[in-house]
Amino acid sequence: MTHHRTLEELQAIAKRVRREIVQMIGAAKSGHPGGSLSAVEILVTLFFGGVLRHDPAHPAWPDRDRFILSKGHGCPALYAVLAEAGYTPLDQLNTLRKLGSIYQGHPDKRFIPALEASTGSLGQGLSIGMGMALAGRLDARPTRVYVLLGDGEIQEGQIWEAAMFGAYHKVDNLVAIVDYNRMQLDGFIKDIMEVEPLVPKWQSFGWHVIELDGHDIQALQAAFAEATGVKEKPTVIVAHTVKGKGVSFMENNPKFHGVAPTKEEVQKALEELQ
Amino acid sequence: MASKKFELKPGMATREAFGRALVELGRENRDIVALDADLSKSTFTHLFGAEFPDRFFSCGIAEANMVGIAAGLASSGKIPFAASFSCFLLNKSFEQLRVAVAYPRANVKVVGTHSGISIGEDGPSQMSVEEVSLACSLAGFVVLAPADEVSTRALVRAAAAHKGPVFIRTGRPKVPVVYAADQEFEIGKAVEVILGSDLTFVANGLLVAEAIRAQEALAAEGISAGVLDVHTVKPLDREAIGRAAAQTGALVVAEEHLVDGGLGVRVAQAVAELHPCPMEFIGLRDTYAESGTTEGLLDKYGLVARDLIAAARKVLARKRA
Repeated sequence: MTHHRTLEELQAIAKRVRREIVQMIGAAKSGHPGGSLSAVEILVTLFFGGVLRHDPAHPAWPDRDRFILSKGHGCPALYAVLAEAGYTPLDQLNTLRKLGSIYQGHPDKRFIPALEASTGSLGQGLSIGMGMALAGRLDARPTRVYVLLGDGEIQEGQIWEAAMFGAYHKVDNLVAIVDYNRMQLDGFIKDIMEVEPLVPKWQSFGWHVIELDGHDIQALQAAFAEATGVKEKPTVIVAHTVKGKGVSFMENNPKFHGVAPTKEEVQKALEELQ
Repeated sequence: MASKKFELKPGMATREAFGRALVELGRENRDIVALDADLSKSTFTHLFGAEFPDRFFSCGIAEANMVGIAAGLASSGKIPFAASFSCFLLNKSFEQLRVAVAYPRANVKVVGTHSGISIGEDGPSQMSVEEVSLACSLAGFVVLAPADEVSTRALVRAAAAHKGPVFIRTGRPKVPVVYAADQEFEIGKAVEVILGSDLTFVANGLLVAEAIRAQEALAAEGISAGVLDVHTVKPLDREAIGRAAAQTGALVVAEEHLVDGGLGVRVAQAVAELHPCPMEFIGLRDTYAESGTTEGLLDKYGLVARDLIAAARKVLARKRA
């Protein structure tokens, strides 16, 4: 279980995680920096901000909360957070995507048992999370399930199958978070396949919706606390974020959806993240 | 069982045998859960749902989501059985079966009903003639295709006891009972239903009963045909297949499936590696069937004893050549 951390401590962790993301993707020479950086505060709040009930010393603890990175390409952020939390070695982060590394190109449970799901094919995590939430309910466990979705990812039809299911089956021990950075691989979402109106869409599917700034740790903590009190329906947090957040030349730059920074760009990014 | 005379008694559909076995399992183990996609009356999971409503999840017509949920349930210690028509389950959810189930080796049991063309009047959009091939291409999956109610019950229980993903192929029509109630079945172990010396019919599903009929007709002419029930397509019982090839030197593989990618090609691969011999293949050839009665369809598309007998003559001629 986590001890209470101050906002400053959480922000410091977020900064370290950003540095690790840039370094590991730089070393790998491939990966997805933009959507990793946009999700940092969401992940840091979940793992270090008193939200997830988890214990790195006992990763298989049956009553633990579950986190699924449905937008699997954002895994550098999750790897950095898992390493910071003590699940996996920090000093191996730079082996990302290399042969034999536990830090696979997309999350792979076979290599890191603490991962709750192997993802990478978009659209699947919410369904898997529903199953975990149902199992927790059947066994009367306190388990809560958190699923991080990409905004482009919710173009997948399976997300809406799961959304319908969650409301109908009153799965109130699950929270979805949409990392709403407004960009996908081919460009801006509005130019590829608009997902708006997003809040009414989820509301009409029967979900409790909270909209916030996805880089505001205190707002995220308050939202997760609010979600815990919501009964008979699942909650979705529509988190407005900035793709590439924290690195000036990556912010809102579609190029950095799936392109690694060069050596020089890594240096420049690390200077910004001092 | 070499010279045992087979009496094929009327039996229930393998889908019904599945539904009943699932209820038994549900009574014995509270971790057994079931999911269905608006076909529970057809898949017989409604029996489980009626007795264990808390452990039955109606997913609506959304197979991909159902498979994902099953994966999540399995990762939390449940033993989920997800059922639908084979064609919808394997085709619509193939990607979920690959990434959410096979890849992490989730302990999910996938049960396809209404397999093959014997579903009859509903026609090709509901007929599944490629799912054995699809299921076999999922790494780590066990693929089962039982012949009758006795083997279905036993194999559903074996699937529940097995740790890892399993696909079970069942059918819509009532099928004859092939086995005595006390017959034992093991995943990966084919049943030598009848031992022959001239050739062996290698079959599964409802073609096992047809093979027994073909064997009887050939016996009347003095031709000794064996019948090997390969209820487990994967992992294949290479030992039994190699033995049949070595001892009879001629095989006819029969399945209610496209001949491309099903039991036949897998048996042929094993035979090529172990003991090459002439082989003939019964199944659908690069086509979709049509509406009709079960009997009419099996007859028209060449899946009855008559066709197995013709293939036997052909393979014997090749063997002697």
